[in-house]
Amino acid sequence: MTEILYFAWVRERIGIPGERVTGTAATVAELVAELRQREPRYEAAFADLSAIRVAVDQELATFETRISDSSEVAFFPPMTGG
Amino acid sequence: MPVRIQAEPFDAGAELNRLGSGSGIGATACFVGVVRSSASKPVDKLVIEHYPGMTDSAVRSMLNEAVERWSLAECLIIHRFGELLPGEPIMMVAVQSAHRAEAFDAAAYLMDYLKSRAPFWKKEHYAGRAEWVECRNEDEAALARWLSE
Repeated sequence: MTEILYFAWVRERIGIPGERVTGTAATVAELVAELRQREPRYEAAFADLSAIRVAVDQELATFETRISDSSEVAFFPPMTGG
Repeated sequence: MPVRIQAEPFDAGAELNRLGSGSGIGATACFVGVVRSSASKPVDKLVIEHYPGMTDSAVRSMLNEAVERWSLAECLIIHRFGELLPGEPIMMVAVQSAHRAEAFDAAAYLMDYLKSRAPFWKKEHYAGRAEWVECRNEDEAALARWLSE
């Protein structure tokens, strides 16, 4: 099971802080494509991918990053710390 | 070199005074970020969300980078999450070194990375509504200077 986490407005648009999914996605981009087909709220959250950042196993990653069934994948807007 | 990610408020002055004055230390540079409100846009509170599993390791790897780049005697990073009120300190970076240039540069480097690469998200609450703080192009541009040096 791939563990997915959502933060900030990505979490608000999808409506849950995270979920576990079983899928065949080999990359983050493939996982996003699978999620977008689910329901309109996912499509709304992932409509503009230039506004989304991603981490795989708690390290900043890209949409091309490869994932496995045991990956933790997090989606969030650009960070605003400091 | 302590990194503290915490919900609790902190006293920046007390933290600064607690830093050592060991041999070889000739400079301390400190930055404290504070929740801002203004008359034209009064903020009731700031809520900071973070990614608990990633925050500490992300901040620590920034600190490790700074330690590799500059000769630092001591460094302290505190960053809060949760609900904060206007005027409260959000975070602080304090860097100690032999001379001021290293302390200033390392503090600026850490600030630039904390702004854009540490997994924190700020939401400002006003009367009856709330808005996620958007990242600024200047913040991303600020990182570029550390890559080109």
